[in-house]
Amino acid sequence: MTASIPLSAQLINLFASVILLLAFAMLAQRRMLPLINLFAYQGLALCMSTLVVAVTTGQHHLYWSAGLTLLLKALLLPWILHRLVRKLHVRFDVESLINIPTTMLVGIVLVMVSFNVALPISQLSSTVSRGTLGIALATVMLAFLMMITRTKAIPQVVGFLAMENGLFLAATSATYGMPMVVELGIALDVLVGAIILGVFFFQIRDQFDSLDIRHMEKLKDG
Amino acid sequence: MDLFTLMLAIPLISGLLLTVVGERAWAPNLNIIASLGTFLASALLTYEIVATGPRMAFGEQFFIDSLNVFLVTLTAFVGLTTSIFSGPYMRNEYEHGRLSVPRLRLYKSMFQLFMFTMLVALTTNNLGILWVTMEAATLTTVLLVSLYRTAASLEAAWKYFILCGVGIAQALFGTILLYFAAERVLGESGNSLLWTHLVQVKGQLEPTIMVLSFIFLLVGYGTKVGLAPLHNWLPDAHAEGPTPVSAVLSGLLLNVALYAILRCKVLADGAIPDNFAGNLMMGFGLLTLATAAFALSRQKDIKRMFAYSSIEHMGIITFAFGMGGPVANFAGLLHMTMHSLTKSAIFFAVGHATQKAGTQLIEDIRGLIRINPVIGWGLMLGTLAILGMPPFGVFASEFMILTNAMKYYAWATPILLVSLGVAFAAIFGKVQPMVFGETHARPLPHAPAITPVFVHLALVLMLGLYIPPYLTNWFHQAAKMMG
Repeated sequence: MTASIPLSAQLINLFASVILLLAFAMLAQRRMLPLINLFAYQGLALCMSTLVVAVTTGQHHLYWSAGLTLLLKALLLPWILHRLVRKLHVRFDVESLINIPTTMLVGIVLVMVSFNVALPISQLSSTVSRGTLGIALATVMLAFLMMITRTKAIPQVVGFLAMENGLFLAATSATYGMPMVVELGIALDVLVGAIILGVFFFQIRDQFDSLDIRHMEKLKDG
Repeated sequence: MDLFTLMLAIPLISGLLLTVVGERAWAPNLNIIASLGTFLASALLTYEIVATGPRMAFGEQFFIDSLNVFLVTLTAFVGLTTSIFSGPYMRNEYEHGRLSVPRLRLYKSMFQLFMFTMLVALTTNNLGILWVTMEAATLTTVLLVSLYRTAASLEAAWKYFILCGVGIAQALFGTILLYFAAERVLGESGNSLLWTHLVQVKGQLEPTIMVLSFIFLLVGYGTKVGLAPLHNWLPDAHAEGPTPVSAVLSGLLLNVALYAILRCKVLADGAIPDNFAGNLMMGFGLLTLATAAFALSRQKDIKRMFAYSSIEHMGIITFAFGMGGPVANFAGLLHMTMHSLTKSAIFFAVGHATQKAGTQLIEDIRGLIRINPVIGWGLMLGTLAILGMPPFGVFASEFMILTNAMKYYAWATPILLVSLGVAFAAIFGKVQPMVFGETHARPLPHAPAITPVFVHLALVLMLGLYIPPYLTNWFHQAAKMMG
């Protein structure tokens, strides 16, 4: 059975699983700097899987998007986040609203749900990387979970960016990547978003003396 | 130069120019002149499109038909009146010490860039670019919401960024799935996300994928429309940002997000049987309407209250488009226009009222009619208009939606009627003492710009009494576009 799956598909599945594994690792990580490093590794794994798809299918624009991923997700954004953490002096532990083991269990359920949702669509796909659609959706869901459970601003943003990684994986796995102009646009949005968030962190810290967003629960109805 | 290029170039160039030159005495005027230029270009473009039919621009990257050209004109018009309103309003804020010079500069440049992103979102033919510009519209406004740098405004902006970011990520997933479905029919090319190509093959798109895709698109863009249950960012962002920003967010951004859903709905309708997309939209619309209507009476902040009113109207419009058919689509488009004009007029009036009273708390704003009868009447008439009192235009569109619902979806009528009644009681009960009643207010250093309020209200009144055949024809064309 295993012999019938081509090497490229196995490699893509491998990298996709690494991405999912890293999503779980991020969910479990309590410290800020390792969390950012995990995000960088996830970007790297995403770049590798895109590269494998590019080599197998010979789609030229996928080389570009792999390069873009490497530059943006594995190098630039982690570097910006590292700088922010250093400048803002927030190296402390990350707090979570729900304890980590419970979060992991919820995460496992999410993965099962995602696989079930993606199943009928994966069967329609003819691309070499079709099995990864479920994994992509699961990565998005796990990132979503991380945003919900974390109380500090920076982990929330890391979750936001990890969600973008999952979406990117979905784009390369279901199809062979979006048209180039769209991919460039998305990359630009992510970059500008990260810069605006950087500005934002300083404003939040000046105002609240902390990046704990539990301070920001004043706005309520009535 | 081509009219269309001109229309996009003006806000982009003036936005960049305003960033570079900084805050000068003539900067507010430049802001107004740029908006005026955009509006004139869009009006001429509309004339052209209605006369000659849909056209493309820049190869096939942009597509203009009667549906989006109508929203383009509306956007440019409200952009113009908002820039006129914001001149004295922002100067008053500056004199009151709430804003510094660099922030005024940030406001003007971001305002023009925001107009640019919305105009591109409306006219682009590429559903991927539509997503990109919707996200860009969030990015340009997030710093405007936190313009005052108060604790509350930062919280609102953070919520806005994160919730809309998450929402828009869902929409991206939907877009990817749509591309996946399209690729199977159109093949791997840059054209597979072009709406004009997609609409020709909509019957061949794989239904299983389209179902999932439309759900993600509706939830994603729906977050930006303010559809329940993901509407929480909206009242905060509207209440804490400067009033001109509230006016354009409410009057324009919500429309553009809804437009994105409509474009996707046309495709989904072609692929999925049994009016699946329409039913989903009706459900979300009613839920949103009811949620907002019952939240209205608990509001203490005037801008927050009108933000909830925006959510309520977005619910009605979504419901109307969900019903589909020529009458409901026509009514939906009309209601979109009416809501934009009326709600931005209300926000202009509210902006001046809160500046006078020095607070946004409803119970501290009293007796507007005595301090400044013009603002007082502006707010009162605006409120009556938005609540759907005849002879204003909102009455006409709500009446059409209601009768259409009674005819085809009778079960929805009680929900519609009860929600509208509750909303009426809540809003009217709060606005009435604000306008009439004892007062303690302060004079403003710069005379407020009242004209935009009454221009909008006059238009709404006129459209309530008489819709010119030219306009009817245009709405019919646009309604037909949606099938």
